[in-house]
Amino acid sequence: MTRNILRVTLLLIVASFVLAPMIATILGGFKTNAEIRTNALGLPAMWNTEFYGQIITDPAFWRYLRNSMIISVGSVVLTLIVGAAAAYVFAQIRFFGSRMLFSYILLGLMFPFATAILPLFIKVRDIGLLDTWWAVILPQTAFSLSLAILLFRTFFAQLPKELFEAAYIDGCGYVRFFWRFTLPLSAPILATVGVFVFVQSWNNFLLPLVVLNSRDVFTWPLGMMQFRGEYVTQWNLTLAFVTLTIVPAIVFFLAAQKYIVAGLTGGAVKG
Amino acid sequence: MTLADAGRRLPASARMRRAISNGRVTAVLILLPPALILFTLFVTLPLGESAWYSFFNWNGYGTPSNFVGIANYERILNHSVFHIAVGNTLKIVAISLLIQMPLALFLALLIYKKTPTNAVFRLVFFLPYILAEVAAGLIWSFVFDGNYGVTASIAQSLGLGNVFILSDPDLAFMAIMTVIVWKYFGFHMMIYIAALQSVPQDQIEAAKIEGASRRQVVRYVQIPHIKPAIAVSAFFAIIGALQVFDVIIPLTNGGPSNQTHTIVTYLYTFGLTRLNIGFGSAVGVILFVGAVTVAVFYQRIFMKRAEA
Repeated sequence: MTRNILRVTLLLIVASFVLAPMIATILGGFKTNAEIRTNALGLPAMWNTEFYGQIITDPAFWRYLRNSMIISVGSVVLTLIVGAAAAYVFAQIRFFGSRMLFSYILLGLMFPFATAILPLFIKVRDIGLLDTWWAVILPQTAFSLSLAILLFRTFFAQLPKELFEAAYIDGCGYVRFFWRFTLPLSAPILATVGVFVFVQSWNNFLLPLVVLNSRDVFTWPLGMMQFRGEYVTQWNLTLAFVTLTIVPAIVFFLAAQKYIVAGLTGGAVKG
Repeated sequence: MTLADAGRRLPASARMRRAISNGRVTAVLILLPPALILFTLFVTLPLGESAWYSFFNWNGYGTPSNFVGIANYERILNHSVFHIAVGNTLKIVAISLLIQMPLALFLALLIYKKTPTNAVFRLVFFLPYILAEVAAGLIWSFVFDGNYGVTASIAQSLGLGNVFILSDPDLAFMAIMTVIVWKYFGFHMMIYIAALQSVPQDQIEAAKIEGASRRQVVRYVQIPHIKPAIAVSAFFAIIGALQVFDVIIPLTNGGPSNQTHTIVTYLYTFGLTRLNIGFGSAVGVILFVGAVTVAVFYQRIFMKRAEA
Protein backbone atom coordinates (compact mmCIF):
# COMPACT_ATOMS: atom_id res chain seq x y z
CA MET A 1 0.00 0.00 0.00
CA THR A 2 2.67 2.53 0.97
CA ARG A 3 4.61 1.32 -2.00
CA ASN A 4 1.70 2.16 -4.28
CA ILE A 5 1.32 5.62 -2.77
CA LEU A 6 5.00 6.23 -3.37
CA ARG A 7 4.64 4.98 -6.93
CA VAL A 8 1.68 7.21 -7.74
CA THR A 9 3.36 10.22 -6.11
CA LEU A 10 6.41 9.70 -8.29
CA LEU A 11 4.27 9.35 -11.38
CA LEU A 12 2.35 12.51 -10.52
CA ILE A 13 5.59 14.45 -10.18
CA VAL A 14 6.76 13.31 -13.60
CA ALA A 15 3.32 14.01 -15.06
CA SER A 16 3.35 17.56 -13.75
CA PHE A 17 6.79 18.11 -15.26
CA VAL A 18 5.41 16.82 -18.57
CA LEU A 19 2.19 18.82 -18.49
CA ALA A 20 3.30 22.10 -16.90
CA PRO A 21 4.77 23.66 -20.07
CA MET A 22 1.69 22.74 -22.07
CA ILE A 23 -0.68 24.08 -19.43
CA ALA A 24 1.35 27.28 -19.11
CA THR A 25 1.03 27.65 -22.90
CA ILE A 26 -2.73 27.16 -22.97
CA LEU A 27 -3.29 29.52 -20.03
CA GLY A 28 -0.81 32.04 -21.44
CA GLY A 29 -3.13 32.62 -24.39
CA PHE A 30 -5.73 34.01 -21.96
CA LYS A 31 -3.40 36.44 -20.18
CA THR A 32 -2.23 39.94 -20.98
CA ASN A 33 1.49 40.29 -21.54
CA ALA A 34 1.85 42.20 -18.29
CA GLU A 35 0.26 39.32 -16.46
CA ILE A 36 2.48 36.71 -18.13
CA ARG A 37 5.47 38.64 -16.83
CA THR A 38 4.37 38.27 -13.25
CA ASN A 39 2.37 35.06 -13.42
CA ALA A 40 3.65 32.66 -16.05
CA LEU A 41 2.28 29.44 -14.59
CA GLY A 42 -0.89 30.22 -12.65
CA LEU A 43 -4.49 30.74 -13.69
CA PRO A 44 -5.20 34.08 -15.38
CA ALA A 45 -6.80 36.78 -13.25
CA MET A 46 -9.16 37.45 -16.12
CA TRP A 47 -9.95 35.04 -18.93
CA ASN A 48 -9.30 37.24 -21.96
CA THR A 49 -10.49 35.52 -25.11
CA GLU A 50 -9.49 38.31 -27.48
CA PHE A 51 -6.03 36.83 -28.21
CA TYR A 52 -7.45 33.51 -29.24
CA GLY A 53 -10.11 35.44 -31.15
CA GLN A 54 -7.47 37.38 -33.01
CA ILE A 55 -5.80 34.15 -34.22
CA ILE A 56 -9.05 32.42 -35.14
CA THR A 57 -10.21 35.37 -37.22
CA ASP A 58 -6.86 35.62 -39.01
CA PRO A 59 -7.29 34.17 -42.52
CA ALA A 60 -3.55 33.37 -42.64
CA PHE A 61 -3.95 30.95 -39.73
CA TRP A 62 -6.58 28.95 -41.59
CA ARG A 63 -4.56 29.08 -44.79
CA TYR A 64 -1.57 27.54 -42.97
CA LEU A 65 -3.78 24.77 -41.61
CA ARG A 66 -5.35 24.17 -45.00
CA ASN A 67 -1.92 23.88 -46.66
CA SER A 68 -0.75 21.45 -43.99
CA MET A 69 -3.93 19.43 -44.35
CA ILE A 70 -3.66 19.20 -48.15
CA ILE A 71 0.00 18.24 -48.00
CA SER A 72 -0.56 15.64 -45.27
CA VAL A 73 -3.58 14.05 -46.90
CA GLY A 74 -1.78 14.07 -50.25
CA SER A 75 1.26 12.36 -48.73
CA VAL A 76 -0.87 9.75 -46.97
CA VAL A 77 -2.92 8.89 -50.07
CA LEU A 78 0.12 8.72 -52.30
CA THR A 79 2.15 6.65 -49.81
CA LEU A 80 -0.69 4.20 -49.27
CA ILE A 81 -1.44 3.66 -52.95
CA VAL A 82 2.11 3.61 -54.28
CA GLY A 83 3.53 1.76 -51.27
CA ALA A 84 0.79 -0.85 -51.07
CA ALA A 85 0.97 -1.51 -54.81
CA ALA A 86 4.70 -2.18 -54.64
CA ALA A 87 4.41 -4.21 -51.44
CA TYR A 88 1.70 -6.31 -53.07
CA VAL A 89 4.04 -7.19 -55.92
CA PHE A 90 6.82 -8.06 -53.47
CA ALA A 91 4.50 -10.19 -51.36
CA GLN A 92 2.47 -11.91 -54.05
CA ILE A 93 4.49 -12.25 -57.23
CA ARG A 94 7.80 -14.01 -57.61
CA PHE A 95 9.91 -12.63 -60.39
CA PHE A 96 13.54 -12.19 -61.26
CA GLY A 97 15.13 -9.35 -59.28
CA SER A 98 12.30 -9.08 -56.79
CA ARG A 99 14.49 -9.58 -53.73
CA MET A 100 17.10 -7.20 -55.01
CA LEU A 101 14.55 -4.45 -55.61
CA PHE A 102 13.05 -5.04 -52.19
CA SER A 103 16.46 -4.68 -50.52
CA TYR A 104 17.05 -1.55 -52.59
CA ILE A 105 13.87 0.02 -51.19
CA LEU A 106 14.77 -1.06 -47.64
CA LEU A 107 18.05 0.84 -47.88
CA GLY A 108 15.92 3.93 -47.43
CA LEU A 109 15.43 3.01 -43.77
CA MET A 110 19.05 3.96 -43.08
CA PHE A 111 19.20 7.26 -44.98
CA PRO A 112 19.10 10.46 -42.96
CA PHE A 113 16.72 12.89 -44.59
CA ALA A 114 18.95 15.92 -44.07
CA THR A 115 21.61 14.47 -46.38
CA ALA A 116 19.23 14.78 -49.29
CA ILE A 117 17.88 18.22 -48.44
CA LEU A 118 20.20 20.36 -50.60
CA PRO A 119 19.93 18.22 -53.76
CA LEU A 120 16.17 18.04 -53.17
CA PHE A 121 16.04 21.83 -53.04
CA ILE A 122 17.96 22.05 -56.34
CA LYS A 123 15.83 19.35 -57.98
CA VAL A 124 12.52 20.80 -56.84
CA ARG A 125 13.63 24.24 -58.03
CA ASP A 126 14.80 22.94 -61.40
CA ILE A 127 11.54 21.15 -62.17
CA GLY A 128 9.64 24.27 -61.18
CA LEU A 129 7.88 22.91 -58.09
CA LEU A 130 9.20 25.42 -55.53
CA ASP A 131 6.31 26.93 -53.57
CA THR A 132 3.88 24.19 -54.54
CA TRP A 133 2.33 21.48 -52.37
CA TRP A 134 4.01 18.85 -54.54
CA ALA A 135 7.43 20.09 -53.45
CA VAL A 136 6.65 18.67 -50.02
CA ILE A 137 4.38 15.78 -50.96
CA LEU A 138 6.69 14.00 -53.40
CA PRO A 139 9.92 13.86 -51.33
CA GLN A 140 7.94 13.12 -48.18
CA THR A 141 6.19 10.20 -49.85
CA ALA A 142 9.44 8.89 -51.27
CA PHE A 143 11.02 8.92 -47.83
CA SER A 144 8.04 7.15 -46.22
CA LEU A 145 8.00 4.38 -48.81
CA SER A 146 10.68 2.19 -47.24
CA LEU A 147 8.93 1.71 -43.92
CA ALA A 148 5.48 1.58 -45.55
CA ILE A 149 6.50 -1.12 -48.01
CA LEU A 150 8.22 -3.16 -45.29
CA LEU A 151 5.13 -3.11 -43.05
CA PHE A 152 2.70 -3.70 -45.93
CA ARG A 153 4.65 -6.61 -47.33
CA THR A 154 4.76 -8.35 -43.97
CA PHE A 155 1.01 -7.89 -43.61
CA PHE A 156 0.11 -8.94 -47.16
CA ALA A 157 2.24 -12.05 -46.92
CA GLN A 158 0.12 -13.17 -43.95
CA LEU A 159 -3.17 -12.93 -45.84
CA PRO A 160 -4.53 -16.41 -46.65
CA LYS A 161 -3.19 -17.76 -49.93
CA GLU A 162 -6.38 -19.74 -50.60
CA LEU A 163 -8.26 -16.49 -51.11
CA PHE A 164 -6.12 -15.54 -54.06
CA GLU A 165 -6.32 -19.00 -55.58
CA ALA A 166 -10.11 -19.01 -55.37
CA ALA A 167 -10.34 -15.55 -56.91
CA TYR A 168 -7.83 -16.50 -59.55
CA ILE A 169 -9.87 -19.52 -60.64
CA ASP A 170 -12.89 -17.23 -60.90
CA GLY A 171 -10.92 -15.18 -63.39
CA CYS A 172 -9.74 -12.38 -61.15
CA GLY A 173 -6.35 -11.02 -62.21
CA TYR A 174 -3.57 -9.73 -59.98
CA VAL A 175 -4.30 -6.05 -60.33
CA ARG A 176 -8.03 -6.48 -59.71
CA PHE A 177 -7.35 -8.76 -56.78
CA PHE A 178 -5.16 -6.07 -55.26
CA TRP A 179 -7.99 -3.49 -55.44
CA ARG A 180 -10.87 -5.78 -54.58
CA PHE A 181 -9.38 -7.94 -51.85
CA THR A 182 -5.90 -7.04 -50.61
CA LEU A 183 -6.59 -3.38 -49.88
CA PRO A 184 -9.97 -3.84 -48.14
CA LEU A 185 -8.57 -6.67 -46.02
CA SER A 186 -5.60 -4.57 -44.95
CA ALA A 187 -7.45 -1.76 -43.21
CA PRO A 188 -5.53 -2.05 -39.90
CA ILE A 189 -2.09 -1.77 -41.46
CA LEU A 190 -3.25 0.94 -43.87
CA ALA A 191 -4.55 2.91 -40.87
CA THR A 192 -1.32 2.42 -38.93
CA VAL A 193 0.91 3.53 -41.79
CA GLY A 194 -1.52 6.28 -42.78
CA VAL A 195 -1.51 7.78 -39.30
CA PHE A 196 2.27 7.54 -39.12
CA VAL A 197 2.72 9.36 -42.44
CA PHE A 198 0.10 11.93 -41.51
CA VAL A 199 1.71 12.81 -38.20
CA GLN A 200 5.16 13.03 -39.79
CA SER A 201 3.89 15.26 -42.54
CA TRP A 202 1.79 17.43 -40.24
CA ASN A 203 4.81 18.09 -38.01
CA ASN A 204 7.44 18.30 -40.75
CA PHE A 205 9.54 21.43 -40.62
CA LEU A 206 12.85 21.09 -42.46
CA LEU A 207 11.51 20.18 -45.91
CA PRO A 208 8.76 22.85 -46.05
CA LEU A 209 11.25 25.36 -44.67
CA VAL A 210 13.55 24.71 -47.60
CA VAL A 211 11.10 24.35 -50.49
CA LEU A 212 8.31 26.77 -49.51
CA ASN A 213 9.14 30.47 -49.51
CA SER A 214 5.81 32.08 -50.24
CA ARG A 215 3.48 32.63 -47.29
CA ASP A 216 0.57 31.51 -49.45
CA VAL A 217 1.79 27.93 -49.32
CA PHE A 218 3.28 27.93 -45.80
CA THR A 219 2.39 24.96 -43.61
CA TRP A 220 1.44 25.68 -40.02
CA PRO A 221 4.92 25.13 -38.47
CA LEU A 222 6.33 27.71 -40.91
CA GLY A 223 3.40 30.01 -40.29
CA MET A 224 3.90 29.67 -36.57
CA MET A 225 7.59 30.61 -36.78
CA GLN A 226 6.68 33.52 -39.04
CA PHE A 227 4.06 34.64 -36.55
CA ARG A 228 6.50 34.37 -33.65
CA GLY A 229 8.96 36.54 -35.58
CA GLU A 230 6.32 39.21 -36.15
CA TYR A 231 5.05 39.32 -32.58
CA VAL A 232 8.29 38.83 -30.65
CA THR A 233 7.17 40.94 -27.75
CA GLN A 234 3.67 39.52 -27.53
CA TRP A 235 4.02 36.11 -26.01
CA ASN A 236 0.30 35.80 -25.35
CA LEU A 237 -0.50 35.89 -29.08
CA THR A 238 2.19 33.35 -29.87
CA LEU A 239 0.98 31.09 -27.06
CA ALA A 240 -2.58 31.34 -28.34
CA PHE A 241 -1.32 30.38 -31.79
CA VAL A 242 0.64 27.42 -30.45
CA THR A 243 -2.33 26.26 -28.39
CA LEU A 244 -4.67 26.38 -31.35
CA THR A 245 -2.31 24.15 -33.29
CA ILE A 246 -1.50 21.65 -30.56
CA VAL A 247 -5.05 21.14 -29.31
CA PRO A 248 -6.22 19.54 -32.58
CA ALA A 249 -3.11 17.36 -32.48
CA ILE A 250 -3.94 16.23 -28.94
CA VAL A 251 -7.58 15.55 -29.82
CA PHE A 252 -6.51 13.59 -32.87
CA PHE A 253 -4.08 11.64 -30.73
CA LEU A 254 -6.75 10.76 -28.17
CA ALA A 255 -9.13 9.68 -30.94
CA ALA A 256 -6.64 7.58 -32.88
CA GLN A 257 -4.31 6.56 -30.04
CA LYS A 258 -4.37 2.92 -30.91
CA TYR A 259 -3.06 3.52 -34.42
CA ILE A 260 -0.70 6.28 -33.41
CA VAL A 261 1.01 4.23 -30.72
CA ALA A 262 1.15 1.23 -33.03
CA GLY A 263 2.41 3.31 -35.92
CA LEU A 264 5.01 5.25 -34.02
CA THR A 265 6.41 2.53 -31.78
CA GLY A 266 5.37 -0.59 -33.71
CA GLY A 267 7.00 0.81 -36.81
CA ALA A 268 10.13 1.37 -34.79
CA VAL A 269 10.20 -2.11 -33.30
CA LYS A 270 9.45 -3.94 -36.52
CA GLY A 271 11.74 -1.71 -38.56
CA MET B 1 -0.08 -27.28 -54.56
CA THR B 2 0.04 -23.54 -55.03
CA LEU B 3 -0.09 -21.67 -58.29
CA ALA B 4 3.50 -20.64 -58.04
CA ASP B 5 4.55 -24.30 -57.79
CA ALA B 6 2.47 -25.14 -60.84
CA GLY B 7 4.27 -22.42 -62.75
CA ARG B 8 7.67 -23.77 -61.80
CA ARG B 9 7.21 -27.13 -63.51
CA LEU B 10 6.70 -25.62 -66.96
CA PRO B 11 9.57 -24.80 -69.34
CA ALA B 12 10.76 -21.21 -69.31
CA SER B 13 9.05 -20.07 -72.50
CA ALA B 14 5.72 -21.56 -71.46
CA ARG B 15 6.10 -20.07 -68.02
CA MET B 16 6.68 -16.65 -69.57
CA ARG B 17 3.64 -16.99 -71.85
CA ARG B 18 1.54 -18.06 -68.95
CA ALA B 19 2.78 -15.22 -66.78
CA ILE B 20 1.82 -12.74 -69.48
CA SER B 21 -1.60 -14.23 -70.10
CA ASN B 22 -2.63 -14.33 -66.45
CA GLY B 23 -1.68 -10.71 -65.93
CA ARG B 24 1.33 -11.30 -63.75
CA VAL B 25 3.66 -9.28 -65.95
CA THR B 26 1.11 -6.48 -66.30
CA ALA B 27 0.68 -6.43 -62.53
CA VAL B 28 4.42 -6.06 -61.98
CA LEU B 29 4.68 -3.40 -64.66
CA ILE B 30 1.76 -1.38 -63.35
CA LEU B 31 2.14 -1.71 -59.59
CA LEU B 32 5.87 -1.61 -58.99
CA PRO B 33 7.29 1.29 -61.08
CA PRO B 34 5.59 4.22 -59.29
CA ALA B 35 7.29 3.32 -56.00
CA LEU B 36 10.62 2.62 -57.65
CA ILE B 37 10.56 5.87 -59.63
CA LEU B 38 9.57 8.03 -56.66
CA PHE B 39 12.14 6.36 -54.43
CA THR B 40 14.92 6.68 -56.97
CA LEU B 41 14.10 10.25 -57.95
CA PHE B 42 13.67 11.69 -54.45
CA VAL B 43 15.76 9.42 -52.21
CA THR B 44 18.58 7.65 -54.03
CA LEU B 45 19.44 10.29 -56.61
CA PRO B 46 19.61 13.19 -54.13
CA LEU B 47 21.95 11.12 -51.96
CA GLY B 48 24.21 10.46 -54.93
CA GLU B 49 24.02 14.11 -55.95
CA SER B 50 25.00 15.12 -52.43
CA ALA B 51 28.20 13.13 -52.81
CA TRP B 52 28.82 14.68 -56.24
CA TYR B 53 28.14 18.30 -55.23
CA SER B 54 30.34 17.91 -52.18
CA PHE B 55 33.43 18.11 -54.40
CA PHE B 56 32.46 21.48 -55.86
CA ASN B 57 32.33 25.04 -54.76
CA TRP B 58 28.84 25.86 -55.98
CA ASN B 59 26.14 28.40 -55.20
CA GLY B 60 23.36 26.29 -56.71
CA TYR B 61 22.97 28.17 -59.99
CA GLY B 62 23.89 26.69 -63.34
CA THR B 63 25.86 23.48 -63.15
CA PRO B 64 28.63 22.82 -60.66
CA SER B 65 31.93 23.46 -62.44
CA ASN B 66 34.37 24.70 -59.84
CA PHE B 67 35.83 21.36 -58.76
CA VAL B 68 37.64 21.70 -55.45
CA GLY B 69 38.34 18.08 -54.55
CA ILE B 70 38.10 17.44 -50.85
CA ALA B 71 38.49 21.10 -49.89
CA ASN B 72 34.94 21.29 -48.52
CA TYR B 73 35.59 18.34 -46.24
CA GLU B 74 38.83 19.88 -45.03
CA ARG B 75 37.10 23.15 -44.25
CA ILE B 76 34.36 21.38 -42.33
CA LEU B 77 36.69 19.20 -40.32
CA ASN B 78 38.77 22.25 -39.39
CA HIS B 79 35.81 24.45 -38.57
CA SER B 80 35.44 25.05 -34.84
CA VAL B 81 31.65 25.38 -35.12
CA PHE B 82 31.47 21.93 -36.69
CA HIS B 83 33.42 20.57 -33.72
CA ILE B 84 30.86 22.17 -31.43
CA ALA B 85 28.03 20.66 -33.50
CA VAL B 86 29.53 17.18 -33.29
CA GLY B 87 30.22 17.62 -29.58
CA ASN B 88 26.62 18.67 -29.01
CA THR B 89 25.36 15.68 -30.94
CA LEU B 90 27.48 13.41 -28.74
CA LYS B 91 26.10 15.16 -25.67
CA ILE B 92 22.57 14.38 -26.85
CA VAL B 93 23.56 10.75 -27.36
CA ALA B 94 25.03 10.62 -23.85
CA ILE B 95 21.98 12.22 -22.24
CA SER B 96 19.70 9.87 -24.17
CA LEU B 97 21.56 6.76 -23.13
CA LEU B 98 22.38 7.75 -19.54
CA ILE B 99 19.34 9.72 -18.43
CA GLN B 100 16.50 9.44 -20.89
CA MET B 101 16.50 5.68 -21.41
CA PRO B 102 16.92 4.73 -17.73
CA LEU B 103 14.14 7.18 -16.85
CA ALA B 104 11.93 5.69 -19.56
CA LEU B 105 12.68 2.16 -18.38
CA PHE B 106 12.00 3.06 -14.76
CA LEU B 107 8.64 4.60 -15.67
CA ALA B 108 7.78 1.71 -17.96
CA LEU B 109 8.33 -0.70 -15.06
CA LEU B 110 5.99 1.39 -12.93
CA ILE B 111 3.13 1.51 -15.42
CA TYR B 112 3.43 -1.43 -17.82
CA LYS B 113 0.56 -3.34 -16.20
CA LYS B 114 -2.79 -2.77 -17.82
CA THR B 115 -4.82 -0.75 -15.34
CA PRO B 116 -6.93 2.38 -15.95
CA THR B 117 -4.60 4.64 -13.90
CA ASN B 118 -1.59 3.35 -15.76
CA ALA B 119 -3.30 3.98 -19.09
CA VAL B 120 -3.78 7.64 -18.14
CA PHE B 121 -0.13 8.06 -17.14
CA ARG B 122 0.97 6.34 -20.33
CA LEU B 123 -1.05 8.81 -22.39
CA VAL B 124 0.31 11.79 -20.51
CA PHE B 125 3.92 10.65 -20.87
CA PHE B 126 3.50 9.98 -24.57
CA LEU B 127 1.86 13.34 -25.23
CA PRO B 128 5.04 15.40 -25.83
CA TYR B 129 6.13 12.92 -28.46
CA ILE B 130 3.15 13.61 -30.71
CA LEU B 131 3.64 17.38 -30.62
CA ALA B 132 5.49 18.94 -33.51
CA GLU B 133 9.12 19.60 -32.59
CA VAL B 134 8.71 23.23 -33.59
CA ALA B 135 5.72 23.62 -31.28
CA ALA B 136 7.64 21.94 -28.46
CA GLY B 137 10.60 24.22 -29.08
CA LEU B 138 8.40 27.29 -29.05
CA ILE B 139 6.62 26.21 -25.86
CA TRP B 140 9.94 25.73 -24.10
CA SER B 141 11.39 28.94 -25.47
CA PHE B 142 8.53 30.56 -23.56
CA VAL B 143 9.29 28.49 -20.45
CA PHE B 144 12.94 29.58 -20.56
CA ASP B 145 12.26 33.21 -21.54
CA GLY B 146 14.22 35.46 -19.19
CA ASN B 147 11.55 38.19 -19.06
CA TYR B 148 8.28 36.32 -19.31
CA GLY B 149 8.84 32.65 -18.81
CA VAL B 150 8.28 30.08 -16.13
CA THR B 151 11.95 29.91 -15.18
CA ALA B 152 11.93 33.72 -14.97
CA SER B 153 9.09 33.56 -12.42
CA ILE B 154 10.93 30.93 -10.43
CA ALA B 155 14.22 32.84 -10.55
CA GLN B 156 12.54 36.05 -9.46
CA SER B 157 10.74 34.41 -6.57
CA LEU B 158 14.10 33.02 -5.45
CA GLY B 159 15.54 36.52 -5.73
CA LEU B 160 17.94 35.59 -8.53
CA GLY B 161 16.89 38.41 -10.83
CA ASN B 162 16.49 37.79 -14.56
CA VAL B 163 18.15 34.67 -15.90
CA PHE B 164 18.40 34.39 -19.67
CA ILE B 165 18.99 30.69 -20.02
CA LEU B 166 18.80 30.48 -23.80
CA SER B 167 21.30 33.26 -24.35
CA ASP B 168 23.78 31.87 -21.86
CA PRO B 169 26.43 29.84 -23.70
CA ASP B 170 26.82 27.44 -20.77
CA LEU B 171 23.15 26.91 -20.02
CA ALA B 172 21.57 27.04 -23.47
CA PHE B 173 22.50 23.54 -24.51
CA MET B 174 21.50 22.11 -21.14
CA ALA B 175 18.10 23.67 -21.74
CA ILE B 176 17.92 22.08 -25.19
CA MET B 177 18.75 18.67 -23.75
CA THR B 178 16.02 19.11 -21.15
CA VAL B 179 13.56 19.70 -23.98
CA ILE B 180 14.82 16.65 -25.85
CA VAL B 181 14.40 14.40 -22.82
CA TRP B 182 10.93 15.87 -22.21
CA LYS B 183 9.96 15.32 -25.83
CA TYR B 184 11.24 11.79 -26.39
CA PHE B 185 11.29 9.81 -23.15
CA GLY B 186 7.66 8.79 -23.74
CA PHE B 187 8.58 7.19 -27.04
CA HIS B 188 11.24 5.01 -25.43
CA MET B 189 8.89 4.22 -22.56
CA MET B 190 6.25 2.96 -24.98
CA ILE B 191 8.76 0.63 -26.63
CA TYR B 192 9.68 -0.80 -23.21
CA ILE B 193 6.04 -1.12 -22.16
CA ALA B 194 5.20 -3.11 -25.28
CA ALA B 195 8.16 -5.38 -24.56
CA LEU B 196 7.42 -5.75 -20.84
CA GLN B 197 3.86 -6.80 -21.59
CA SER B 198 5.17 -9.67 -23.65
CA VAL B 199 7.37 -11.11 -20.86
CA PRO B 200 5.79 -14.46 -19.97
CA GLN B 201 3.91 -14.08 -16.70
CA ASP B 202 4.77 -17.60 -15.51
CA GLN B 203 8.49 -16.80 -15.49
CA ILE B 204 7.86 -13.84 -13.23
CA GLU B 205 5.65 -15.98 -11.00
CA ALA B 206 8.24 -18.74 -10.88
CA ALA B 207 10.94 -16.29 -9.83
CA LYS B 208 8.68 -14.92 -7.11
CA ILE B 209 7.89 -18.39 -5.79
CA GLU B 210 11.59 -19.04 -5.53
CA GLY B 211 11.84 -16.00 -3.31
CA ALA B 212 13.07 -13.37 -5.73
CA SER B 213 12.50 -9.79 -4.62
CA ARG B 214 10.83 -7.22 -6.86
CA ARG B 215 14.27 -5.84 -7.72
CA GLN B 216 15.62 -9.29 -8.58
CA VAL B 217 12.66 -10.00 -10.84
CA VAL B 218 13.38 -6.79 -12.72
CA ARG B 219 17.10 -7.44 -12.87
CA TYR B 220 17.12 -11.12 -13.78
CA VAL B 221 13.82 -11.76 -15.56
CA GLN B 222 12.34 -8.63 -17.05
CA ILE B 223 15.39 -6.70 -18.25
CA PRO B 224 17.05 -9.70 -19.94
CA HIS B 225 13.74 -10.30 -21.69
CA ILE B 226 13.44 -6.82 -23.12
CA LYS B 227 17.06 -6.46 -24.22
CA PRO B 228 16.09 -6.36 -27.92
CA ALA B 229 13.68 -3.51 -27.17
CA ILE B 230 16.42 -1.66 -25.31
CA ALA B 231 18.74 -2.15 -28.28
CA VAL B 232 16.10 -0.78 -30.65
CA SER B 233 15.45 2.24 -28.47
CA ALA B 234 19.18 2.94 -28.16
CA PHE B 235 19.45 2.76 -31.93
CA PHE B 236 16.62 5.25 -32.35
CA ALA B 237 18.09 7.53 -29.71
CA ILE B 238 21.41 7.68 -31.55
CA ILE B 239 19.95 8.02 -35.04
CA GLY B 240 17.59 10.67 -33.67
CA ALA B 241 20.43 12.57 -32.00
CA LEU B 242 22.26 12.74 -35.32
CA GLN B 243 19.28 14.47 -36.91
CA VAL B 244 18.10 16.96 -34.27
CA PHE B 245 17.06 20.15 -36.01
CA ASP B 246 13.48 21.38 -35.52
CA VAL B 247 13.73 21.82 -31.75
CA ILE B 248 16.85 23.99 -31.96
CA ILE B 249 15.49 26.56 -34.40
CA PRO B 250 12.81 28.10 -32.17
CA LEU B 251 14.90 27.69 -29.00
CA THR B 252 18.27 29.17 -29.95
CA ASN B 253 18.68 28.95 -33.74
CA GLY B 254 22.18 27.63 -33.07
CA GLY B 255 23.21 30.57 -30.89
CA PRO B 256 24.46 32.16 -28.71
CA SER B 257 27.67 32.53 -30.73
CA ASN B 258 27.10 29.19 -32.49
CA GLN B 259 27.30 27.23 -29.24
CA THR B 260 24.16 25.13 -29.72
CA HIS B 261 24.48 23.88 -33.27
CA THR B 262 23.87 20.26 -34.13
CA ILE B 263 25.04 18.63 -37.35
CA VAL B 264 21.80 19.40 -39.18
CA THR B 265 21.45 23.00 -37.97
CA TYR B 266 25.08 23.42 -39.01
CA LEU B 267 24.25 22.05 -42.46
CA TYR B 268 21.26 24.37 -42.71
CA THR B 269 23.00 27.49 -41.46
CA PHE B 270 26.31 27.19 -43.26
CA GLY B 271 25.15 25.25 -46.33
CA LEU B 272 21.65 26.27 -47.24
CA THR B 273 21.07 29.79 -45.95
CA ARG B 274 24.35 30.89 -47.53
CA LEU B 275 23.77 28.81 -50.66
CA ASN B 276 27.06 26.96 -50.23
CA ILE B 277 25.57 23.90 -51.86
CA GLY B 278 28.87 22.06 -52.15
CA PHE B 279 29.84 22.76 -48.55
CA GLY B 280 26.41 21.83 -47.21
CA SER B 281 26.37 18.65 -49.28
CA ALA B 282 29.69 17.63 -47.76
CA VAL B 283 28.16 18.06 -44.29
CA GLY B 284 25.26 15.89 -45.51
CA VAL B 285 27.67 13.20 -46.65
CA ILE B 286 29.41 13.20 -43.27
CA LEU B 287 26.02 12.85 -41.60
CA PHE B 288 25.17 10.01 -43.96
CA VAL B 289 28.39 8.19 -43.13
CA GLY B 290 27.64 8.61 -39.43
CA ALA B 291 24.11 7.24 -39.76
CA VAL B 292 25.16 4.26 -41.86
CA THR B 293 28.00 3.46 -39.47
CA VAL B 294 25.57 3.42 -36.56
CA ALA B 295 23.16 1.23 -38.52
CA VAL B 296 25.88 -1.25 -39.49
CA PHE B 297 27.27 -1.41 -35.97
CA TYR B 298 23.82 -1.93 -34.57
CA GLN B 299 23.15 -4.78 -36.97
CA ARG B 300 26.50 -6.41 -36.24
CA ILE B 301 26.05 -6.29 -32.49
CA PHE B 302 22.38 -7.12 -32.63
CA MET B 303 22.79 -10.01 -35.08
CA LYS B 304 25.55 -11.49 -32.96
CA ARG B 305 23.37 -11.32 -29.91
CA ALA B 306 20.52 -12.94 -31.79
CA GLU B 307 22.78 -15.81 -32.86
CA ALA B 308 24.23 -16.38 -29.40
